[in-house]
Amino acid sequence: MTGPIIEAANLSKILGTGPGRVQALKDVSLTLSSGKLTILMGPSGSGKTTLLSILGCMLAPTGGTVRICGTSTSGAHPEDLARIRRQHIGFVFQSYHLFSTLTAAENVRLALDVRGEQGHKAMAKVEEVLASVGLSSKMASFPHQLSGGEQQRVAIARAIVAEPSAILADEPTAALDSANGQMTMAILSKIAKERDRAVLVVTHDPRLFGFADRILYIEDGSLTREELSEPTSIKELQGS
Amino acid sequence: MSLVFTLASRNLFQDRLRFVASLIGIVLSVVLVMVQMGLYFGFGRMITTMIDHVSTDLWIVSAGANCFEDLSLLSIGMQKRLLAIDGVAEVVPVVVGFSAWMRPDGAMTPVFVVGSDIAAGGLSPWNVVEGKVQSLTASGTVAIDRSYYDRLGVSGVGATAGIRGLPVTVGVTTDGIRSFTTTPYVFADLGGARSYIGLPASFTSQFLVRLKQKADVQGIRQNILSNISGIQALTPDQFREQSRSFWLFGTGAGVALLAGVLLSAIVGTAIVAQTLFSSTKDHLYEFATLRAIGASNGYIYKVIICQAVLSAIIGFAIAALIGNAIVHFTAKSALQIVITPSLLIELFVVTVVMCVVSAIAAILRVIRVDPAIVLTR
Repeated sequence: MTGPIIEAANLSKILGTGPGRVQALKDVSLTLSSGKLTILMGPSGSGKTTLLSILGCMLAPTGGTVRICGTSTSGAHPEDLARIRRQHIGFVFQSYHLFSTLTAAENVRLALDVRGEQGHKAMAKVEEVLASVGLSSKMASFPHQLSGGEQQRVAIARAIVAEPSAILADEPTAALDSANGQMTMAILSKIAKERDRAVLVVTHDPRLFGFADRILYIEDGSLTREELSEPTSIKELQGS
Repeated sequence: MSLVFTLASRNLFQDRLRFVASLIGIVLSVVLVMVQMGLYFGFGRMITTMIDHVSTDLWIVSAGANCFEDLSLLSIGMQKRLLAIDGVAEVVPVVVGFSAWMRPDGAMTPVFVVGSDIAAGGLSPWNVVEGKVQSLTASGTVAIDRSYYDRLGVSGVGATAGIRGLPVTVGVTTDGIRSFTTTPYVFADLGGARSYIGLPASFTSQFLVRLKQKADVQGIRQNILSNISGIQALTPDQFREQSRSFWLFGTGAGVALLAGVLLSAIVGTAIVAQTLFSSTKDHLYEFATLRAIGASNGYIYKVIICQAVLSAIIGFAIAALIGNAIVHFTAKSALQIVITPSLLIELFVVTVVMCVVSAIAAILRVIRVDPAIVLTR
C-alpha cells in the first residue's frame, strides 16, 4: 500500500479525573506514510506513549479521529480494534515482551497464529524474517538464551512477519547497548525502505536521528516541531 | 498446528509446583466423586440384587411394600386368583423375613431368610461355589454366602447350625451374595423358610408371576390390579426403581452420597479455578501482549481453556488409576464400589466441565486486561 497508512486528526486525550486529571494530548494531527521511518521525540511525560497507544488502537482518544489504512477507529469495539491491529499494525516494545516459554521461531509464529496462518507456509515466513534479522541460527532458542539485542530482533521479526502496513516501536533501543541499538534501528529503517512500511519509532535518544526520514517533537501533549531528514545510508551506519 | 496448545501446555508446566498442587486438587476431587458415585451405584446394585437374579415378568407385593426386604404379607389364596387371570402362566410364592441363626458355639446372629419353591424355578441362589441348588429341596438344607462364614460360625458345605431352634445343614455356598443391610442372606426351600421365619402356610411375602409367551405385560398388569386389591403388580424395572428410590432417597443415604459428590466437585472446581487464576495473573503481560498483537478474545479463551482441559485430562487419568486401585481393594468389602465404563466416561466429562468452569475467573480477568500495559513496562 502506498500513501498514508495512519492518519490522526486533532487528537486529544484526557487521563484521570478530578484533581488528578491530565491532558495528555492536545490537538495532535499527523500522518504516517509507507516507506518512511518517523521518529517521535520528546521528554518523559510528554505524551509519546499515549500517542503511540492511540495510533496503535490500544487506547481510545478523548477527541479527534484515527484512520488506519482508511478505516476509522472511532467508536470501534475492542474486538474490531484487535482485528485492525492484527491486520495492519506490528508492535515492537521496549521490554520485547517475548513469551518466555516459546522459542524464537514460535514467538514469531505467534503473530501469524493469531491471524489463523499455520502450517508450512507460516513456517517458511518465520524462517525468512528471522533470517532477515540475522537470527537463522537462533530459531530454537528460548528468550532467556538470547542477548537483549537478539531478543529485540526476535520482537522485530514478530512485528513484521505478518506484513503489517505500519510498525510502531516504543523505545526499541532503550534497553540495549549502543551497538545493538544502532543495529535495531538499521533493521527498522531497512523495513521501512525495503518492505515499504510506515515505521514510527518513539525515542528520546537523539543518536538515532540518523535513521529518520522525519522527526516529530512532542512536548506537553502537543507536537511542537517537525523536521525532515535525509537518513544516513544503512551501509554507512553498519560500517561505522 | 496452532500454537494455542503449545502456549497452554508450556504455561501450565512452567511452574511445576503450582501444577502439581492443581493436579492434587483435581485428583482428590475426582477420586472423591468417583468413590461416592461408585458407592452410590454399588449400593443401588446391592439393593436390587435379588430382583436382578430372578427371571419373572411381574412381582406381586403388598400395597405398602417399598422394597424386596419389606415384611408385608399376602394371602397364599391369591395365587389361584392370579393363575386365573388370562395370560398368566405361572405364580411362584417367595417368602422373606428375619430370623435368628444359632452358631455351633451357641451364639446367635440375625439372618435374612429368602425362601421359594426351588423346583418351580423360584428365587434360588446364584454364583454357587460348592454344592447343588437342587439340594435345597431337602428338608433343613440352606445356602449361605462364604463371605459370612465367620459371622455364621460355619466353614462350608456340610456344616450344621440352627435357625429359630430348627437344625439346618449348609448344602450350598455362594460367592458375592451380600446384603447391604449387612445381615446375611440364607436361602431355603419355601417350606423350610416359612418355618425359619415363623410364617404360617397361608401367607407369603411376594409372588413371582410369569406370563405366557407373547403376553401383553402391561395389559395383564392392569388386569391384575383391577381384579385384586391391596397389592402392587410391578415389572422388574419398576420394582428395581421403587426399591432404589426407597433405600437411596427414602432413607437419605443416596442423598448424602450425592451431596458429597456435589461438594467434592465444588471443592475441585475452586482449587482448579484458584490455580488457573493465579497462573493467568502471572502471565498477564503475555496475555496483554497477545491482545496487543491482535489476538482475538476467542484465541485467548482457547489458551486458558486448553490449560483447563489439559489439567482435566492429566488429573482424570491419575484419578482413574487410583479409583481402579480402590475398586480392586474394596471388591470383597460389605459395600462395593462399582465403577462402570459409562460412569468413567461421565466422570471424565464432569472433570472437563469442572475444569472449564474453573477457567471462568481467569477468562474474566483476561477480558479486563488493557493491552496498553505492555507499553508501560
